[in-house]
Amino acid sequence: MKREMTCIGCPMGCALEIELAADGRVLEVKGNTCKRGAKYAETECTDPQRTITTTLRCEDGRMVAVKTDTTIPKDEMFEAMKMIGGTVVKLPVMIGDVLVKDVFGSNVVATQNRS
Amino acid sequence: MTDLVIIGGGPAGMSAATAAYECGIRDILILERDENLGGILQQCIHNGFGLHNFGEELTGPEYAWKYEQKVRELGIPFKLNTMVLDITEDKIITATNEEEGIFQIQAKAIVLAMGCRERAKGALNIAGTRPAGIYSAGTAQKYVNMKGYMPGKEVVILGSGDIGLIMARRMTLEGAKVKAVCELMPYSGGLARNIQQCLVDFDIPLLLSHTVVEVHGKERVTGVTIAKVDENRRPIEETKQYISCDTLLLSVGLIPENELSKRAGISLDHITNGAVVDQDRETEVEGIFACGNVLHVHDLVDFVSQEAAIAGKSAAAYIQGTCKKGAAITLKTDGKIRYTVPQKITANKDVNVYFRVADVFRDVRINVYKGEEIIFSKKKAKAAPGEMESIVLKKDLLEGAEELRFALED
Repeated sequence: MKREMTCIGCPMGCALEIELAADGRVLEVKGNTCKRGAKYAETECTDPQRTITTTLRCEDGRMVAVKTDTTIPKDEMFEAMKMIGGTVVKLPVMIGDVLVKDVFGSNVVATQNRS
Repeated sequence: MTDLVIIGGGPAGMSAATAAYECGIRDILILERDENLGGILQQCIHNGFGLHNFGEELTGPEYAWKYEQKVRELGIPFKLNTMVLDITEDKIITATNEEEGIFQIQAKAIVLAMGCRERAKGALNIAGTRPAGIYSAGTAQKYVNMKGYMPGKEVVILGSGDIGLIMARRMTLEGAKVKAVCELMPYSGGLARNIQQCLVDFDIPLLLSHTVVEVHGKERVTGVTIAKVDENRRPIEETKQYISCDTLLLSVGLIPENELSKRAGISLDHITNGAVVDQDRETEVEGIFACGNVLHVHDLVDFVSQEAAIAGKSAAAYIQGTCKKGAAITLKTDGKIRYTVPQKITANKDVNVYFRVADVFRDVRINVYKGEEIIFSKKKAKAAPGEMESIVLKKDLLEGAEELRFALED
């Protein structure tokens, strides 16, 4: 079985062509120009993952940008947004501070400073 | 008198400032109109920045912080909430802020790093009413990411530039329903990865060769009529289709913000809408340099930083009196290649030339002609308007040239 997809590993956006076995195993990846592309194709076919970037409200009403510090399962993005949303962030906050723990195994960290 | 004044404290301004500092310039001042350094990156909370320059995927604010830290460590002065009102050819800058009122600075050199702004709906000629609920994608991005307001619940996006794509995902994650992204052209101007991770991931349809022909609603947008367009980009009557929505986002292009450059008498390139520059990013007014999105709109901030470093370094050389310039070689294009930056070369050194193509082309060659002779040729499997290209012209190729012509050929 064949699958086509765009690599999201970098702005080049290589068009990937993947040959899959009947049981879903990846047999061959074509079209990638680096190793990351092959790895992306592999996980995208077996266990697709995404990083979430969003914002949380600080105690003074301002917003602060955050992200999951690792990828989480793609199908759980909306569930993760529910788990993260509603958190009120105590000030001050520095880039890298952990604001929510264990969201599908990932920590939500600040990507912006707020004093 | 200040040695170097940099207009704009975004990625371009900060990179230019640190580069000039590293070349020995100490008397530097960055003027920034917002309340933070970082420019538009502060609202670009998504990741994907910095792969070229830092080898990792950063979000916009994290990328900006890398440079801000450097500016702070080096002790480069900056004024926030400061709006530059005027620049003269003699490098007198008039600016204003709350503490100092209106003040003037005489600079030895200036780097223009004001960035760009979004093309507005007024430039589009869409029929219908003008209710609330029509935003540029960047305005919606500011509302959602900086203010924490959702501009609407049911959204149609016109234009498939990267900001529009990013906002399709962002608003979907925040609970809105993005019904369609309409793109007038038969191809998207956004990055392929963004079509995947912002649209395909969320089953948002991308309608190529489609446009919004009418906006409905009195107080608030109640819907839009969209239609397919023919090869002349004219709407096809039979394909008209109504989509109910309360919000229309426009992601229809960016325009370098050059009002100040015009005041200083700097000549602009009518294709890039930015200054005409040489390889040092020096404009046609001696000692005034330009870089980043005010010079030409970039796809990646990494390239903005690199270009700004060139401008910062060149400004330092100008102040120190160490820059040597020769006769100008003009760079011309064939139309399929829309523009080059720089537009001219005035020094005998290797030059990285950036350019964009006018359409989607496959299996073509980039040829550079000196008279009838091809002095440089490179094969390209695919070239698209949404992706800036670059080539390096070695200095020995430039010798004796007065004009080089860039052409895209089979």
